[in-house]
Amino acid sequence: MTPSANSAVGAVLVTGTVFLALALCYRPLGDHMFRVYTGARHWRVERVVYRLVGVDADAEQRWPAYARALLAFSIVSVLALYALQRLQDHLFLSLGMPAVPPDLAWNTAVAFVTNTDWQAYSGESAMGHVVQTAGLAVQNFVSAAAGLSVAVALVRGFARARSDTLGNFWVDLVRGTIRILLPIAFAAAILLVAGGALQSFGGHHGWTTLAGGGQTLTPAGAASQEAIKDLGTNGGGVFNANSAHPWENPTAWTNLLQIFLLLVIATSLPRTFGRMVGDNRQGYVIVSVMAFLALISIGVTQTAELHAAGTVPQATAGAAPQWSGLAAEGREARFGVPDSALFASAATLTSTGSVDSAHDSYTAFGGGMLIFNMLLGEVAPGGAGSGLYGILVLAVITVFVAGLMVGRTPEYLGKKIGSREIKLASLYFLATPALVLLGTAVAMGTTAGRAGIGNGGAHGLSEVLYAFASAGNNNGSAFSGLSANTPFYNTALGLCMLFGRFLPMVLVLALAGSLARQAPVPVSAGTLPTHRPQFAGLLAGVTIVLVALTFLPALALGPLAEGLSR
Amino acid sequence: MSRRTVRGAGGGTAGLRQAARALPGAVRKLNPAVMWRNPVMFIVEIGALFTTVLAAATPSFFAWAITGWLWLTVLFANLAEAVAEGRGRAQAAALRAARRDTVARRLVDPAVHAKWEEIGAPDLRQGDHVIVEAGETIPGDGDVVEGIASVDESAITGESAPVIRESGGDRSAVTGGTRVLSDRIVVRITQRPGESFLDRMIALVEGADRRKTPNEIALNILLAALTIIFLVATATMQPLAVFSRSVNPGVADSIALTSDGVTGVVLAALVVCLIPTTIGALLSAIGIAGMDRLVQRNVLAMSGRAVEAAGDVSTLLLDKTGTITLGNRQAAAFLPVPGVPVLELARAAQLSSLTDATPEGRSIVVYAKNAYGLREREPGELAHAGWVPFTAQTRMSGVDMDGRRIRKGAATAVMKWVRDNGGHPTVDAGHLVDGISASGGTPLVVGEVSGGAARVLGVIHLKDVVKEGMRERFDAMRRMGIRTVMITGDNALTARAIAEEAGVDDFLAEATPEDKLALIRREQEGGRLVAMTGDGTNDAPALAQSDVGVAMNTGTSAAKEAGNMVDLDSNPTKLIEIVEIGKQLLITRGALTTFSIANDVAKYFAIIPAMFAAVYPGLDALNVMRLASPQSAILSAVVFNALVIVALIPLALKGVRYRPSSASTLLRRNLCVYGLGGIVVPFAGIKLIDLVVRLLPGMS
Repeated sequence: MTPSANSAVGAVLVTGTVFLALALCYRPLGDHMFRVYTGARHWRVERVVYRLVGVDADAEQRWPAYARALLAFSIVSVLALYALQRLQDHLFLSLGMPAVPPDLAWNTAVAFVTNTDWQAYSGESAMGHVVQTAGLAVQNFVSAAAGLSVAVALVRGFARARSDTLGNFWVDLVRGTIRILLPIAFAAAILLVAGGALQSFGGHHGWTTLAGGGQTLTPAGAASQEAIKDLGTNGGGVFNANSAHPWENPTAWTNLLQIFLLLVIATSLPRTFGRMVGDNRQGYVIVSVMAFLALISIGVTQTAELHAAGTVPQATAGAAPQWSGLAAEGREARFGVPDSALFASAATLTSTGSVDSAHDSYTAFGGGMLIFNMLLGEVAPGGAGSGLYGILVLAVITVFVAGLMVGRTPEYLGKKIGSREIKLASLYFLATPALVLLGTAVAMGTTAGRAGIGNGGAHGLSEVLYAFASAGNNNGSAFSGLSANTPFYNTALGLCMLFGRFLPMVLVLALAGSLARQAPVPVSAGTLPTHRPQFAGLLAGVTIVLVALTFLPALALGPLAEGLSR
Repeated sequence: MSRRTVRGAGGGTAGLRQAARALPGAVRKLNPAVMWRNPVMFIVEIGALFTTVLAAATPSFFAWAITGWLWLTVLFANLAEAVAEGRGRAQAAALRAARRDTVARRLVDPAVHAKWEEIGAPDLRQGDHVIVEAGETIPGDGDVVEGIASVDESAITGESAPVIRESGGDRSAVTGGTRVLSDRIVVRITQRPGESFLDRMIALVEGADRRKTPNEIALNILLAALTIIFLVATATMQPLAVFSRSVNPGVADSIALTSDGVTGVVLAALVVCLIPTTIGALLSAIGIAGMDRLVQRNVLAMSGRAVEAAGDVSTLLLDKTGTITLGNRQAAAFLPVPGVPVLELARAAQLSSLTDATPEGRSIVVYAKNAYGLREREPGELAHAGWVPFTAQTRMSGVDMDGRRIRKGAATAVMKWVRDNGGHPTVDAGHLVDGISASGGTPLVVGEVSGGAARVLGVIHLKDVVKEGMRERFDAMRRMGIRTVMITGDNALTARAIAEEAGVDDFLAEATPEDKLALIRREQEGGRLVAMTGDGTNDAPALAQSDVGVAMNTGTSAAKEAGNMVDLDSNPTKLIEIVEIGKQLLITRGALTTFSIANDVAKYFAIIPAMFAAVYPGLDALNVMRLASPQSAILSAVVFNALVIVALIPLALKGVRYRPSSASTLLRRNLCVYGLGGIVVPFAGIKLIDLVVRLLPGMS
């Protein structure tokens, strides 16, 4: 078999394995999350937290209160994270690292609180133990839990009738962290240590290499941070090379484990959704749309990377026969092309900033697909929580257009989609693309923005588009190539991340509030059925078409121009 | 339905004439103060203004061609609305003619009919009493408080046959503008000045006080959002274009792209092609035409909201009498007791019913003729006959002739009469009576006293006759997810029999107005929308409570006031059509929205390579339509975009085809036609237009 065919078989096998593992987790994890978010009892440790924070865990919140709690918590988090970085030189266990400069500290603080984990710094040379563990790692948990909370609040909006309230943000946040993220992350960290990932809190450790040069080991709690980095769809690695670094991601099977962790919560959440709205079939529709979009995306990326003969990434890959015809530049040899492509797809499909290869080195179409994954709005399956609320908002828009076509006021899960609902859904749908496009335009239109571009021509444009797609959609991965640690990019991307996270969240909560108030409309033969393949196909179609229509001009001048012009 | 007959959307020359008549209105609507109400088309107008300035500054055939077609796009949209409005205007003119300045004779003291003063009809206040005589026009809406008259209501209903209006009861309402043909009535005015039924009707058919309906508002928001996103996408493309051009310095300037980026004319063309102009242009026409379709069926909706609600209805309350069954019970069988030939019974039944003017009595005569060939005889034909009319006391009617006495009537009354005359009704007669009652019918017993001997001849089976085709309609309703409930004053036994025969889902027997109201509330509690018809004053609370309340024009003012629709034909079955029109309205909007969005795919394939293939030749691969040149590609897309509006005006006015079926089936069909069609059609359309456009100067 040729290396291409060989790798294609590998790609199918490895993708199949991951999908199978996720399918096995769908029910148990989804049901577990259902119990977590609907159970009445508080754990003792949770009650301690509530007492410390001073909240009444049994009080329900209306949507504005829920949103205020979310925003207040996030603002405090940003400030705390900013302070930790700015005061790093005064902290113990800082490994002698200096204070982080203001623009970078702002960017990083926002990046981690927004679950983006855009990293304009290099972990091993900028952040000490305290910032990494007390700052960044904590945010990796709570920012993911915050995303889950908003998703659950939206689902409650669908599930509740004539209700003013959406639950309690603090309870959702604490339970999500303690009952969902912590146990899975703990188990995953142990597996990663077993696989060879680093877990150490000592000082720098230096030694002399065989060639006689000096080398320094920067110790880190890599394994523990790695687990939540992927599970919480964060992506901020302790090392600059991220999951390509052997101490973060040592072997092919830990690579597979990380891909699984990226996807597992977002793909199980539709089950929770189905349980909460009392119709598991609704969950199956959502998860199958996610799976369908993901499969197409993975297929395109794999095909582009495995049939890369004649492209730059292939030409620079060296003469090794096992790489012949594959786009091998920028890949770790221990993962190979298909596993790297699957990792890249999974990371960009889940709003995770993790990378185990240089996306800049992907073929034009492969890299373009990665950008498209993010531009989809991170819904296939998307980030922890954000994927579900993103696709549910798209479902609302789909139901609106399709619902009119069956001759009734559109309704989804018994809730009418009236002008208030469509206003909020439309604004949600507007917010992120507007941020991405405006950010890209400003960067391309200013000297400061163009200064960061690493490659010329269409590829350079792709780098900038990637950066803003990544920030606006809270993905956090980078195309590399772009020099983003400049005041311009730190500020602009920081703003994109901030608004790209909280604007949609507030809109989703407002939508949830107005849905919860409604009395449900009973289902009849005249109701648009949303539990059938017909609706799944429609939702997938609307998602693709709307995104394509919005971004086609930008994509045409970036990846399409590059890919079609060889 | 003499005047307002159902019209098509008007194809061919009729359509052209309609369009020509609407043209001045369409031009007037170009006024930005009017345009901004339609955000999508307002953007197109701004784009057209923008390109006009650019074309004037640096004239070229291409720039002027684009400019011209952008203005045409706006004009076509206005034309659609103007044509839709024009259809109502003709009707409004006819109605206005009825609103002549009438002089009213107002009674100074309602108790004294001899003393009145003459005042202008517009000065009438609520509560005034006016006197109207034969030949005079009724000056305002009100209720007859005294007298009875035949009234010509053709000005309102288009129906030339006069109707009877009398004081008291459910036929007391009169409408201003109608004419009294005979007799003299005293009317208490119920309208406020300037708010007469006629005024409202004129406003409705003209679309003057047309307010956007909830769904229309929601759709407008979505369209505005799409417009904004495409504006952003186009505006932000400019720096990207400048950059792309700058990294390919060797490329010559083209009509679309210079070193300053994409040219203004092309940007404007792109925006107009991308924003949902098709649905934006036709949205208000669809709404106006929907109301108009109701008017054509002689239904007046007091608000567009009610029409939309009709599409959402999930429970239909239908009165049994007149809606599900023909107005009255009819003879369906003659059942003789053993020993009596059926023909003898039939003859007796006929004879006893000849002077019975009730519908039931007439139906017996008709049935005897149809089923047994008994010629109908005039009462005068028969000498020596003594006719016994029906009275509420005897509950019998009959005839005494040639020494024979025949009686027909309620079972107990006739049985008693037979017994009183020395006869002994057999057990068989009792069985027949019970059998008919049990099946939901009404038994009438026929008895005779002949030669001193009294006996029962047999029983007439009267039954409600379900209107033809009702079962099919209810089946269709069920497929649409609508539950039908029959309302009747009958007992449960009778009600069940008819409900089963008609195929309704449920029934409410021995219904009082309170029961009706309670049923509506119960349905609404469960989140269902309820539609009903009514005519009596006692229906008013239920009409007001229901989401779609259709009052019969023959009904009382109270009923008309409480409902949100009035059926001028007073045909309760029309509720079903109203539901279909409501659904059709929504489907038309959804279908054209889908079509509009799907169109964008092809336009991108035309415009993107036209703009950028000069810098990135590879992008020419996207020019799948093989359009002749960048100029002709862009112009063709703009022309298509404008022409498709014109092409869809008839569809917008007529509404998309609607057949009652499940949501799933409807969606599949409409998605195929308007979704897939929306993607495919523009590819063909733009290509065809390009074949012509490429022949123009400067296009290759």
